[in-house]
Amino acid sequence: MRILVVGGGTAGTILANNLARRLAAETRSGKVKLTMLSASDRHMYQPGLLYVAFGQMTPDQLYRDQAGLLEPNIEFHVDPVRQFVLDRKQVKTESGKTYEYDLLVIATGSRIVPEETPGLVEGAETFYTEAGAVRMFRRLREFQGGRVAVAVGVPHKCPIAPVEVMFSLHDYFKSRGIRDKVSLKYYYPINRIHTIENVAKWAKPEFDRLGIEYETLFNIREVDPVNRILKSEEGIDVEYDLLIVIPAHRGMEVIERDKLGDGGWIPTDRNKLTMNGRDDVYVLGDTANLPVSKTGSAAHFQAEVIAENIASIVKIGAPVRDYDGKIYCFIEAGHDRATYAMFNYMNPPDLKPPNKPMHWFKVAYNQMYWTSVRGLL
Amino acid sequence: MSEVKVVDARNTFCPGPLMELISNMKHAKVGDVIELLSTDSGTANDVPEWVRKVGHEMVGTEQVGDTWHLKVRKAK
Repeated sequence: MRILVVGGGTAGTILANNLARRLAAETRSGKVKLTMLSASDRHMYQPGLLYVAFGQMTPDQLYRDQAGLLEPNIEFHVDPVRQFVLDRKQVKTESGKTYEYDLLVIATGSRIVPEETPGLVEGAETFYTEAGAVRMFRRLREFQGGRVAVAVGVPHKCPIAPVEVMFSLHDYFKSRGIRDKVSLKYYYPINRIHTIENVAKWAKPEFDRLGIEYETLFNIREVDPVNRILKSEEGIDVEYDLLIVIPAHRGMEVIERDKLGDGGWIPTDRNKLTMNGRDDVYVLGDTANLPVSKTGSAAHFQAEVIAENIASIVKIGAPVRDYDGKIYCFIEAGHDRATYAMFNYMNPPDLKPPNKPMHWFKVAYNQMYWTSVRGLL
Repeated sequence: MSEVKVVDARNTFCPGPLMELISNMKHAKVGDVIELLSTDSGTANDVPEWVRKVGHEMVGTEQVGDTWHLKVRKAK
């Protein structure tokens, strides 16, 4: 059986490693061939970008060589996909090669699209890319006081990041002794300060206690970078001195180009994690249009389910597990405290008060990730 | 030509029904209708509040069993 994994991010890498160990005997005997295609020879720990934006990590600490993360029985090629030809069970790549498969896994991820909002590239800082996070840190260091506005595009990866950046901004300016010269205001798309009700209930009194202001039902329409004005779809204009934006995301271009899903998100069965209408194509991570957060945690738990199911298909001819929507997200509540949100499709998270040990656990996880992505943790 | 698109946001806490609606509305054309399915009772109030504020049009609100069906037409 030829199993082809497209995408070497968190989702694809955890899945491929987990599967490679489950099918070690089958790959040795030649019964199974496991191949991964990725657009990059490097793997980035994306949650680290928030720390780069506050000078707590440097960009080089976020990367490892992708090949070194993979089990030896995975054939790895840096060769971005140019076209999915699902009716012929083929994937064509930029190098001109054609890969044939019996089972395909699509984990191509997402990308920010700030260029789709007028003025955003020129007027706003963001920490969702390496260059953006470094630039944001420089702007923060230069900032001596004024109005800081933080706004959130839709849809976006890592839904906890908007509240985390507010707590980090508060602690950052406090540590520089200029918090009293900075007004922090948060603009959120829906009518509470976080989409998860229990996170909103927890964060609101924390914002109030720290003097963080907020406005809800605010969706970014455009930015006037010359006059430093942020404008919303709802008709509100906001003046700012420093604008930080969590930009809107799309799936990868090849997904849209091949009409696999609107916005680059592939319609996916929420329990089986197969592409709708195609049992030979699995989809996970940001690429899936599932009603769950686009985060590494979702990708991790989905990868475990798919790996177990593909291994079971090889061994007994049928999948054995459903994905229940499980997600576990750390929530940094500043530079020395954290909490977490654990939930699934049916059960909302029950947030505990932030504490220092949970923050230390998160700091440790920033290194443990490299064990996690190898499919060991 | 205008389309009706169904967005199934039942049994989800994140990103949640209203966020799913906003996301899908961005890529819709003026005149398109999105039918949002939600099992969150708060959605029946949250969606009309946003639709009114942003200037789209509520076409219908109906509860069938545990599921709310909210139809919204993109107006701008």
